[in-house]
Amino acid sequence: MQQFLELLNNAFPFLVAGALETLRIATGALLLGIAIGLPTGVGRVYGPLWLQRILGAYVTLFQGTPLLIQLFFVYYGLPSLGITFPQLIAALLTLGLNSGAYQAEYLRGALQSVGAGQMTAARAIGMSQGQAIRSIILPQALRLVLPAWSNEVIAMLKNTAVVFVIAIPDLMGQAKILASKYFAPLSIYTIVAICYIVLVGVTYLLLRQLERRTQIPGLTNEAE
Amino acid sequence: MEFFQDLVTTLNFILQGLWVTIGVTIVALVVGLVFGVVTAMLRVYGNAFFQRIATVYSVIVRAVPVIVIIFILYFVIARFVNLSPFWAGSLALGFASGAYQTEIFRGAFQSVPSGQMVAARAIGMSRWQAIQSIIFPQAVRLALPGWGNEATLVLKDSTLVFVVGVPEILRRAQQVSARTLEPFVAYAAALLLYLALTLLTTQLLQWLERRYRLQM
Repeated sequence: MQQFLELLNNAFPFLVAGALETLRIATGALLLGIAIGLPTGVGRVYGPLWLQRILGAYVTLFQGTPLLIQLFFVYYGLPSLGITFPQLIAALLTLGLNSGAYQAEYLRGALQSVGAGQMTAARAIGMSQGQAIRSIILPQALRLVLPAWSNEVIAMLKNTAVVFVIAIPDLMGQAKILASKYFAPLSIYTIVAICYIVLVGVTYLLLRQLERRTQIPGLTNEAE
Repeated sequence: MEFFQDLVTTLNFILQGLWVTIGVTIVALVVGLVFGVVTAMLRVYGNAFFQRIATVYSVIVRAVPVIVIIFILYFVIARFVNLSPFWAGSLALGFASGAYQTEIFRGAFQSVPSGQMVAARAIGMSRWQAIQSIIFPQAVRLALPGWGNEATLVLKDSTLVFVVGVPEILRRAQQVSARTLEPFVAYAAALLLYLALTLLTTQLLQWLERRYRLQM
C-alpha cells in the first residue's frame, strides 16, 4: 500500500497532463465530428440521390472498419501519397472523421423521426426546403439526437485511448511511459482505469444536465 | 498495374491474419456471452447482493476503454497462468464485451412481459425452470438485434489485441509494410479486408434475425 501511494504520488503530474491531453483531443475530435456529421446527416436525408450515395459510402467505410486501423492508415499510410500529418492532426482527423460518420447516422435517425407533417406544414406556409430544415426540422431533430449524441461523447472519450499508438502523450500514452519507467504496469494501468472512470463519470453527469436543460416542457415527438 | 500486384501480394500475407482475427472475435464473443447472460440474470433475478456485484461489473467495465482493460487483464492473467497472447487477449476482450452484453440481455429479460413468469409459476414450474424454458427462449430472440450490433463491435475491437502482440490483421499489415515499405497498400488492404468482414457479418446476423423471429 505504501509503495502504491508513493507510485501514485510520482505518477500524478504525468497523469494530469495525460488527462488534459485526452480531453483536448476528445473535444477537438467531437467538434470536428459535429462539423462533418451535421451536414452529412442532413445530406443523407434531404440531399439529391448521388449525394446520398457518396455520403452513405463514407459512413459505411468509417463504421465498417476499426478506428485503430484507420489511424494507422492516416498516419503511416497516407505519407506514401505525399500527404503527411503531424501526430496530433492525424489523431484529430481520424477520430473526427470516424465520429462524424456515427454522428451523421444518429442525426439521420432523428431527422427521420421528426413527423413528415412538419415539413409539409412548413412548405405550405411558404418556406423553402432549406428554411424548413433550418428553422423547423433541425431544432426538433437536434433535441431528439441528444441522448444518442451523449453516448457518442462518452464513446469518444474512450476511443481517444488508441492514439497512444502514434506516440501521443494522452492518458494511455503517459501510462505506457510510466509503466516501463516504474516496472509496475498493473498498478499504473489500474490507476489509469480509475482516471477514465472519473472522466467518463463526470462527463455523463454533465450531459444529463444538458439534456434536462434543453428539454422543452410539454413537447412530445409527433412520431411517437 | 503495379499497385494492384502489390495489393494482391500484400493481401495474401495479411489474409493469414484473417483467421486470427476471426478466432479472437469468436472466443471473445463466446466468453462475453457467458459473462453477459449470467450477469444479466443476476441483475434481473438475483438477490440484492448479486444485483449489486453485477451492476458494479457492468458500470465500471463500460466506463473504461477496452484497450485499458486488455492491458490490465493481460498483466493479471500473466501473473497467474502462462497463456499465449492470443488467449489472454481474447479473454480480456471477452470480459470487456461481457459488460456490454449484460446490458443487452438485461433489457431483453426485462422486456419479456412479467405475466409470463406468473403464468409459468402458476402451472407449477419452479423459478429456475420458468427462466430456463419460458423466459430465456423469448429473451434471446429479443436480444438478437442488440447482440448483432455488439458482435460487429467486437469484430472491430478485436484489432486492439494488436497491442499485446497477437498476429491479427493489423499486426500482419504492419509486418508487411515494414518489409515492402508500402504502408499505404498494406493498411488499405487491412481496411478493405475488415470492411468485407463487417459487411459479411452484418448480412449473416440479419439472416439469423429473420430465421429466428417469432411469429406472434
